[in-house]
Amino acid sequence: MDTDRLFNKSNPFAAIPAWSWIIGLLLILYPSFASDFFTYQIGAYSLLLGTVALSLMMLAGYGGMVSLAQLTVAGLAGYLMAILGDNSVGVMGLGWPWWLAVIVSVFAAAIFSAFIGAISVRTEGIYTIMITLAIAVAFFYFVRQNYTLFNGFTGFAGVEPPTLFGIYWRDPVPFYYLSLAVATGFVGAVLNASRSTFGLSLMAIRDNPRRMRALGYNVAAHRIAAYFMSGIIAGTAGVLLVWFNGRISPGTVGVDVVIDILVIAVVGGLRHPIGPFLGAIAFVLLENFAIDLIDRERFNTVIGLAFLLVVIFSPDGILGLWKRLRPKLRLGKSVPSAAAGTTPTDSHVSESVKEV
Amino acid sequence: MSGFVRKTLVVAAALSISGTAVAQDSIKMGALATLEGAFTVLGEDGMRGVKMALEEFGYEAGGKKIELITGSSDASPDSAVRAARKLVEQDGVPILIGPLSGSEGLAIKDYAKTQPDVTFLNGTSAAQDTTLRAPAENFFRFSTDGAQWMAGLGEYAYNEKGYRKVAVLAEDYSFPYTQVFGFLEPFCRLGGEAPIDARFWVPIGNKDYSSVIAALPDDVDAIYVALGGADAVNFLTQFEQAGGELPLIGGSITVDQSVLGSKGRTRQFVVGTPSAGPVSDTWDDPRWAAFVAAYQKQFPDGFPSPSLFAHGYYINTKAALLALNEVGGDLSDGGKKYREALSNLEFDTPTGMVKLDERREAIADIFLTEVIEGPDGNLLNKTIKVIPQVNQTLGVPYEKFLEYGQVGRENPSCE
Repeated sequence: MDTDRLFNKSNPFAAIPAWSWIIGLLLILYPSFASDFFTYQIGAYSLLLGTVALSLMMLAGYGGMVSLAQLTVAGLAGYLMAILGDNSVGVMGLGWPWWLAVIVSVFAAAIFSAFIGAISVRTEGIYTIMITLAIAVAFFYFVRQNYTLFNGFTGFAGVEPPTLFGIYWRDPVPFYYLSLAVATGFVGAVLNASRSTFGLSLMAIRDNPRRMRALGYNVAAHRIAAYFMSGIIAGTAGVLLVWFNGRISPGTVGVDVVIDILVIAVVGGLRHPIGPFLGAIAFVLLENFAIDLIDRERFNTVIGLAFLLVVIFSPDGILGLWKRLRPKLRLGKSVPSAAAGTTPTDSHVSESVKEV
Repeated sequence: MSGFVRKTLVVAAALSISGTAVAQDSIKMGALATLEGAFTVLGEDGMRGVKMALEEFGYEAGGKKIELITGSSDASPDSAVRAARKLVEQDGVPILIGPLSGSEGLAIKDYAKTQPDVTFLNGTSAAQDTTLRAPAENFFRFSTDGAQWMAGLGEYAYNEKGYRKVAVLAEDYSFPYTQVFGFLEPFCRLGGEAPIDARFWVPIGNKDYSSVIAALPDDVDAIYVALGGADAVNFLTQFEQAGGELPLIGGSITVDQSVLGSKGRTRQFVVGTPSAGPVSDTWDDPRWAAFVAAYQKQFPDGFPSPSLFAHGYYINTKAALLALNEVGGDLSDGGKKYREALSNLEFDTPTGMVKLDERREAIADIFLTEVIEGPDGNLLNKTIKVIPQVNQTLGVPYEKFLEYGQVGRENPSCE
């Protein structure tokens, strides 16, 4: 990754490069002091969920389109890996080489995402949410009842990552670095895209689609292109997710998980690509450890309450909490709050999120 | 603020030190059940079973204290593996009891293969292939599988009830497949029929059975129903409202306490339904009576009588504790000796003797039952017959049994 380009003068984060470096260093050194469990199940899993949520953040934060079908896109890529590659269930499993399966899966996921975009871009706010939710639910029921292709309720098991350079890529440490590389790459790509002409026009379309149309921009095409890109992100995360679990079944793409992704993105914050990852870490930690904090029958309440508190006290999620605390802590140069994120203030996102 | 933080840190440090001190003479035991999602009520009863066994041993085995750590899944294989991974890799339990449902069991078996030093005991998951095909060396099932639970029911329906042709209604996943196989295999061998187009597979959590009820053929003698929990209650209510008159044959969790205990008009209607399973509410055996009494005393808010989930988790936990006693709580060799003790374990349960076969699957007694109305208006399962020592291959040699093929929607084909 070209760090010079990422942290150049036009980036507000250039004001605090030390933080980025420290966080980067911490992430790289993390496996050396974390146990296998923390490396794999907490670290890598947070990165994967964060990447799926990143694809939603990109659509919602820059494009103003809240799509609930991002996990479905990831799920399609995961299913395709099991169908095109190898699995141990004895259904499908065409045995393609892993690299071809990965390329086709990710590309198919991106096409699927563009297709979802084509259906939904002419709607706004809650209607987009309804359409994408309908697609997610339909996909869930379809894979659960289709036996010839998706093997129904049981789904697929025994989906293995390749052994490359003598490394088995599901071992905790290699898999963590693989997820970290993918996540960092996509965060960089999204940051870059947000400053490109395309990103700026997407944000302009979010803020005032009518004016952009009057200026001669093809609003629908821009939005569909954004869906395609987010599909690449979600699809790649889906491939990693199926390698992570070694299996995929309708439960993986169920409605509750679809909602989890929205929760992660909202709790983390939709203003900056880092937000979804903060949300994912909080989510995975709570999911794993809430049961130790309290009576086993009540731990889901703890998860719900924690997220409720975050959203009540900071509508911008954990990211917003940090932005709010930073001036008080007087760390580095105080940055004007408007420049704190890479995007202009965005009333549209919080509006559509409220409607959920 | 910082004073508070420091105090908290000191307390936390003190706690962790005392924690390690205790850890020297205690053994952690993980228990995994569905404490969320569609099977929550069943998972809670499973946990009651674990606690009963631990209570019976005073939370001590092999001279060491037993520390129970619980994990929860939502009945999906993914969540079961995640919860198991947390218990094994983070909490460091050397013994794990669970999971509850069929497809979870298949996933945990695969996970067990990656953790050779940890000993896994089943909860109540009853899919056949958890132990039949490609079993894991360190996965033990002291509770029987869904096909074993059906032992005797196919013969009973054909010979005693005189049914010749049945329709099938079941949930669409591994456990009901196993149950349908267990029922149809003897039924069809005797000459019974179950046409493929009269088999209805519904997703878990299905609410509306009107289309299934409308499609039921007229020329069948009975319907074999393998639905669980809320699904069973929904079907029974709707079937009665639709004026259904066909007699029923129940799967193991279709007419168990979690369904019979529900309120509503279905009550009269299910009286006389034959079923089979690993427990029978009314078995007049002192061991079972003592078990029920202990359950009712320990959990006044539980079911009227322990369900097969409490029973399955109880038996597996008890097996874990008995084997710990046998090796004196010594797991220092990665549990090798412990697993050997488990393999050779044979013990008396509330439902008779249990031992394992060479694939670590239980051989145990199965109960053929029929629903009756109890003296105080409760619906109960009356014991018709006890089928002694049913093994996984249902009395057929292993190699021959494999030829029947994997359980599924069309196995056996009954043609």
